[in-house]
Amino acid sequence: MEDKKVILSVQDLVIKFRLRGDVLTAIRGASLDLYEGESLAIVGESGSGKSVLTKSFVGLLDANGWIDSGSIMFEGQDLAKFRKEKQWLKIRGKKIAMVFQDPMTALNPLKPIGKQIQEAIELHQGIKGDKAKEKTLKIIQDVGIDDPEKRYRQYPHEFSGGMRQRIVIAIAIACNPKILICDEPTTALDVTIQAQILELLKNLKKQYNLTTIYITHDLGVVANVADRIAVMYAGDIIEIGLCEEVFYNPQHPYTWALLSSLPQLGVKGKELFTIKGTPPNLYHEIKGDAFAPRNPKALKIDFVKRPPYFQVSPTHKAKTWLLDPRAPKVEPPESVKNLRQKLEVGNNG
Amino acid sequence: MDNKEKKVLLEVKNLRVEFGKRKKKFVAVKDVSFQIYKGETFGLVGESGSGKTTIGRAIIRLVEPTAGEIIFDGKKINGKIDKELDKEITRRIQMIFQDPMASLNERAKVDYIVSEGLYNLKNYKDEEERKAKVVKAIQDVGLLPEFLSRFPHEFSGGQRQRIGVARAIVMEPELIIADEPISALDVSIRAQVLNLMSELQKKKGLTYLFIAHDLSVVRYISDRVAVIYKGRIVELAETEKLYQNPLHPYTKALFSAIPIPDPRLERSKKLMVYDPSCHYDYDVDPPKWVEIEPEHYILANERELEEYRRMLKENGVEPIN
Repeated sequence: MEDKKVILSVQDLVIKFRLRGDVLTAIRGASLDLYEGESLAIVGESGSGKSVLTKSFVGLLDANGWIDSGSIMFEGQDLAKFRKEKQWLKIRGKKIAMVFQDPMTALNPLKPIGKQIQEAIELHQGIKGDKAKEKTLKIIQDVGIDDPEKRYRQYPHEFSGGMRQRIVIAIAIACNPKILICDEPTTALDVTIQAQILELLKNLKKQYNLTTIYITHDLGVVANVADRIAVMYAGDIIEIGLCEEVFYNPQHPYTWALLSSLPQLGVKGKELFTIKGTPPNLYHEIKGDAFAPRNPKALKIDFVKRPPYFQVSPTHKAKTWLLDPRAPKVEPPESVKNLRQKLEVGNNG
Repeated sequence: MDNKEKKVLLEVKNLRVEFGKRKKKFVAVKDVSFQIYKGETFGLVGESGSGKTTIGRAIIRLVEPTAGEIIFDGKKINGKIDKELDKEITRRIQMIFQDPMASLNERAKVDYIVSEGLYNLKNYKDEEERKAKVVKAIQDVGLLPEFLSRFPHEFSGGQRQRIGVARAIVMEPELIIADEPISALDVSIRAQVLNLMSELQKKKGLTYLFIAHDLSVVRYISDRVAVIYKGRIVELAETEKLYQNPLHPYTKALFSAIPIPDPRLERSKKLMVYDPSCHYDYDVDPPKWVEIEPEHYILANERELEEYRRMLKENGVEPIN
């Protein structure tokens, strides 16, 4: 990453939720620099905090959640300090937009889709009437929907799932945001449609100069779209690096485990790799490396002290004691080392 | 599985399912035929709306077929059947549902959820036997007997799906229809549930009809795979044969869309798009269901068959003429 401009910078962010009288720490001091024009994928299991982290960029945390400490710097402002909805209105939708998972519920069923897109334009850009409509039609075309005039007047139920997701994307990009956050954008879609939507998002990114964040648990999607990958576990980014670095040279045992459990690596008749145990309880303070209890090869120090980031390359770092020069040499599992070969063999023909 | 020992457990013949009447009629499944052998895992893949779930539901008698036959272990099980057979089928064919969050009764304890099938059929002697069956089922799926007195909301997604599996196997079924059993689960938990299913299959000699849209999972778990498009099965073959040599353009498009978790491969792969107009001459030369190589069936007309045979030969496979 040659001197890229940082567009959004998260420092030691801690996000807590109050649930039934208890306090849960969903994000435990995560830091992240997002570079302008890049496409970052955040991967992790449900409950790892990937959605919470990105929701805090647009002020959409649930009412029982709050930013406890840390900062989110964007265009000279600290988003973590925002308290009023009015402040957020200048950022959310306008500068940072979001595409949600389920296109079936994200749209208003009672409004024609043209109106829904136009609404976003009128609200954020101060254009009204025919001008706004003209812009709406162009965006409808940009997201790959033919016959925009006719489609403008149609209601969400007249569209298929893939088409609806295109409209949700259209609404998100309607105000030329700087950052587009896509939360599981294709999980609810069929594979063939998924491929089309990913293609669309990649094209729009170029056309609209977007910086994109993908939240997903599908490593296939990640391989397709990401420039960089951040792996989250128990509320922290435990490994981050260029796409190829994380796939071909993963460092954190959790990343190894995640890659090993891919069904593509399974051999018929043999057991698939599984991660033993369950993710840690975030109601309690976590000592040491959060993944240690599930890591059969955990070191003693993993249970005592939380590892800092160790730099693997200028663009790649991971939070694991294995990278400490004093640590014993532990090799990643064979299946992960041979990921590339294995997949190549499996996909011949 | 050994070829010689193949015994047909379930046969679906020319199945047709329609919903609605007259003007609003919608044909969900058209002329579908396949056989499932005892002890195998039969994968059924297709996109949403392709009719794969409807086929599963027709087999388990939740929807009534408009035409065709479903034969289980030599007996026809669709249409009007007597009470005894109905009971027997209910026991011998069980189902695992997609969303473990929605498919378990929130107000019932696990004990009741797992026992419900037993209660309905009363196929236990006394309370003691029922308890024993339930405890055995819950242990078989890797849960603890003390979980029986808890409610579903106390469990994680993976554990809930195990309860869903327990409630199916407590009936000691022969065929389990698993409709997207893992698509609502996290990656790491998926692997656990898949492992559990394979383990139970080995232990109990179960037969699975595995309905899914995740093609990489289907490849891992299935012995044979059928690809369904808009209510018709377009291709059926042994898993590896199909993945190595997909012939039908729809199968090819579907496979090319599978995301590969490897950046270099994923970015260099060629995406194929299925255009149904490539079957332009179906009015003059209608498609037939043909065995093109042993255990590899395809829906094609004469012109296409010729082309597919040529493609097979290029790949070093001798087609059936």
